[in-house]
Amino acid sequence: MFGPTLDRLAAPKFFYPFAGRLLPWLGTLAAALLLLGAGWGLALAPADYQQGDSYRIMFIHVPAAWLSMLTYMVMAGGAFVFLVWRMKLADMLAKCCAPLGAAFTALTLITGSLWGKPMWGTWWAWDARLTSELVLLFLYLGLIALRGAIDEPQRAGRATALLALVGVVNIPIIHFSVEWWNTLHQPASLTRMDGPAIHPAMLTPLLLMIAGFTVYFAAVLLQRLRCEILERERDARWLVELDAP
Amino acid sequence: MSEFLAMGGYGAYVWPSYALAALVLGLNAWLPWRRHRRLLRARQARNEP
Repeated sequence: MFGPTLDRLAAPKFFYPFAGRLLPWLGTLAAALLLLGAGWGLALAPADYQQGDSYRIMFIHVPAAWLSMLTYMVMAGGAFVFLVWRMKLADMLAKCCAPLGAAFTALTLITGSLWGKPMWGTWWAWDARLTSELVLLFLYLGLIALRGAIDEPQRAGRATALLALVGVVNIPIIHFSVEWWNTLHQPASLTRMDGPAIHPAMLTPLLLMIAGFTVYFAAVLLQRLRCEILERERDARWLVELDAP
Repeated sequence: MSEFLAMGGYGAYVWPSYALAALVLGLNAWLPWRRHRRLLRARQARNEP
């Protein structure tokens, strides 16, 4: 359905060893980017003239927020492919994304809180950006709970896929909340029509961290998928053949 | 060094953010890795009668 190459790769038999070969490279690259980005962001980047050193939380907060939404879109993509073409691997992908997305969203909310307290004077406000991100966390948790509540994997996959697709509506709300409503949260500084409004000395470590978080996500997602394949395909012939010495 | 740790007075907010990120990323890397290792071990155990 996606051409012979992709179809072949999407078969667990090919995907499992393929992901295994990719993993060490992705893991090493993620670790290098994250260590370099964090070191740069903490020690080399200058302090902000308004926010002092507190802005260094940005190097965690912004990449985590980016991943909280990217993970959702990857999950929704998997849900869609599973609903339309019944591809097993797409359902596994959607399943593996949910706990990762919940973790990134929680990290976004908590680091946002830790940044908000010294800058806004409050840990939390029922502001459009903060509230829609909290809704995202509940969506992830709801998806995990829903899948856990249905025993039959095919039905569990279809039900969670439907809910995941309905929840996509929240993603543009999160992104544009700072433009649509008057919020406490600052407007976008990276994704602007006239280019990023951040000095290169701060932008470089931020981009390193965003890249590092993204590669990290790819790596841990692949490993989760490998586990999922091992569990669901436990008795598949290709796996039994792989065991044989 | 103590100046670096103080983070201009914001150390109490900056360091917990980085520590939490390290914890979240570390756990989400370690847990699937351990699960995969256990699954492979279980297969091996099943194959050795």
